[in-house]
Amino acid sequence: MKWLRAAAMSLLVVVTVASLVPQLLSGASYARQFRDLPDSPPSRQHLLGTDDLGRDRLSRLLYGTRVSLLLAPAAALLTTALAAFIGGIAGFEGGRLEKIIMGATDLFLSLPWLFLLITVRAALPLNVSPGASLVITFVLLGCLGWAGAARVICAAARSIAGSDFILLARASGDGGFRMLWRHLLPNLRPIVLAQFWLAVPAFILTEANLGVLGLGVSEPLPSWGSLLKDLGTFSGMPGSPWRFAPLILFIVVVSSFHFVLSTEELPA
Amino acid sequence: MKTRLALVMFVVLMVGTAGSASAQAGGELRFCLHSEPKTFNPLLAQDEASESIRYLTGGVLVRLNRQTQQLEPELATAWKISDQGKTISFHLRENLRFSDGTPFSADDVAYTVKQLMDPALHSPVGDEFRSGTGNVQTRVVKKNQIVVTFPAPVSGMDKLFDQVAIMSAQSPKKEMAVLGPYYVAENKAGAYLLLRRNPNYWKHDASGRQLPYVETVRVDIQQNRDIEMLRLTRGEIDFINSIDAEYYDKLVSTHTAIANDAGVSLDSEQMWFNQVPGSPLPAYKKAWFTSTNFRRAISESINRADLSRIAFRGHARPAVGPISPGNKFWFNANLQPHPFDQRSALQRLSQDGLRLNSGVLRDRDGHAVEFSIITNAGNKYRERMATMIQQDLAGIGIKVNVVTLDFPSLIERITRTYDYEACLLGLMNNDLDPNSQMNVWLSSSDNHQWNPAQKTPATAWEAEIDKVMRAQAASLDVKTRKKLVDRLQEIVWQEEPFIYLVNKDALSAVSPSLRNAHPVVLNPQVYWNIDQLSLGNEMARNR
Repeated sequence: MKWLRAAAMSLLVVVTVASLVPQLLSGASYARQFRDLPDSPPSRQHLLGTDDLGRDRLSRLLYGTRVSLLLAPAAALLTTALAAFIGGIAGFEGGRLEKIIMGATDLFLSLPWLFLLITVRAALPLNVSPGASLVITFVLLGCLGWAGAARVICAAARSIAGSDFILLARASGDGGFRMLWRHLLPNLRPIVLAQFWLAVPAFILTEANLGVLGLGVSEPLPSWGSLLKDLGTFSGMPGSPWRFAPLILFIVVVSSFHFVLSTEELPA
Repeated sequence: MKTRLALVMFVVLMVGTAGSASAQAGGELRFCLHSEPKTFNPLLAQDEASESIRYLTGGVLVRLNRQTQQLEPELATAWKISDQGKTISFHLRENLRFSDGTPFSADDVAYTVKQLMDPALHSPVGDEFRSGTGNVQTRVVKKNQIVVTFPAPVSGMDKLFDQVAIMSAQSPKKEMAVLGPYYVAENKAGAYLLLRRNPNYWKHDASGRQLPYVETVRVDIQQNRDIEMLRLTRGEIDFINSIDAEYYDKLVSTHTAIANDAGVSLDSEQMWFNQVPGSPLPAYKKAWFTSTNFRRAISESINRADLSRIAFRGHARPAVGPISPGNKFWFNANLQPHPFDQRSALQRLSQDGLRLNSGVLRDRDGHAVEFSIITNAGNKYRERMATMIQQDLAGIGIKVNVVTLDFPSLIERITRTYDYEACLLGLMNNDLDPNSQMNVWLSSSDNHQWNPAQKTPATAWEAEIDKVMRAQAASLDVKTRKKLVDRLQEIVWQEEPFIYLVNKDALSAVSPSLRNAHPVVLNPQVYWNIDQLSLGNEMARNR
């Protein structure tokens, strides 16, 4: 299935590049409202038509893709780092420390964190720019999403801690940071990478969910969440299939991440 | 002293006779409510579903005709207000019976009023009659005559009885014994309600046939609007009482005959600035928000025509003030919506020392003018309006941050912490009488949103509003009240504590098989004349 992996990687690269230089594909600003052309079908001027406020759909799709594709991996990196640190130490040290950390992790997992996210988001200052609100949203996602991954990493670290080569390393006098850096982390790498790749689409979906609730990235900045919100009423869809473009791109990108993941999970 | 003499009975009986000749009796009318009713006690109805059931089943002394917006006799043939608005006497129809056969008399009215005003019941309908401390006295003069005396004058008292469904004092069925066109025959919680024709309903059409025409009404509980629309287009339900602009347009494109726009409704959408002195805003922002020039400038910089045309797809009108043009009598027709004029806006702002420099509006101290507008998440119309206002105000160098919040967080900010700058919300108004807005306009009120619960009015114009509202509430002369309410609208138009944006149209969808349906702007838009609705021959036969 190497070709599938290559295709998925290529597609992710193409989408990322297109989202980084949206002006090459669409001349209109994502925020400008062409008020004489609300909800217009595709035309030469607007290749994917305009949204309900007359904004260019293609431009918004590309900017929204940029937002989600750049910030979701960043949030995933943050959450994976937290999970690796917390789960790695708990699993490697074991005993009481592991029980305490995993107890806290279970407590964190049991929180209705979508509601928690909504609450935290509502408590933030109101006068933040759309860009800042965007970063805050993804940092919050990154900070709140580590618990599930930490459990997986903890289990893996526990298994490694009991292995013969670790025993040998201990017998050779290794310990502390060197033990973590030289022996534990390299062996946890496939698990940590898998958690990272799993977190990316999960965060894209979460931001989309928040966007559908109207609590994601603030206007006029687009994100996949706000773009998918447009599909809220299916009764208006059949006559305007171009409105499915964000959904199609979303499915394609999330699927690509999973194809890339399936190869990353293979033993190194 | 205000006197209201009722029209004679046959006027009511003649209403809707045009369609009666061809009306097909029988059949089952079907429609959806979006939640199940929380109560069948008509005095406790507060949610939309309970109010709908009350309207379909309850018999009232007087009824506000939703089409003419005039009060008409129902169980009472005549009524008279006296004692400077404290007393109302009713002459009742005779020989009427509740749905279970229990006879109707003045004792039932006395019982209902007693229940209504019982403080332990906490009736939201009763709250509207509470104008002073003391007990309400009821005196049954005859079997068909009763006098009700309130401790203090109640403005617009007769109209308030439109919401008071009379309950039986004797029936063992209590609130389930009704005087309205239907009674609740079956209630499957969360699924549907089945209403059957009241065999003792007193109204007849011109040909002497007993009303209502339709035998049963099935009310399905359906939260999903898409499914509701599909069911309507498939002919499974007969109408949707209220639809939004998008559904309306969709219907127009596919089922033109079904869609109905009754014109501008009483509902309004508005924004306001936080003027609470103790709010945690910097002093320079408080200075902006409390300036009439600033508010007027913001108002003039908002393109209301675009809001109506784009955000509401043309199914809204630029708003003028607190009373919608849909409220035929109370609306001040001398006022017009504020025009979209950004040049004039900049002139007003310059009077306050705010100037546009390199595309950024700054005050005297150099602060760039920037504020946030909060609105409730999930309301696409408000989100659209806020985004459009964001672009409009960018045209005069103001940066607006649009923040959508979940409703509890928003309410917390606007009623407790006052930690917000501007808010965009709407007001659903079901009552024609301006008294229903008393809790918004009095400066001492908790709902005086821009600066609630003031000990003394903060400004001269708020003091005048207090005076005007109290004076109109105390007056029983309609002309005097109209003058005072016109003045209220002028002050609000001038000072703009609320920047009124649009009044939405009353949109509904009615199947062509439903006869005698004439949707109106007041609730309930479609079934306000439920006893005169009938189904087409084929539909009545099939159900």
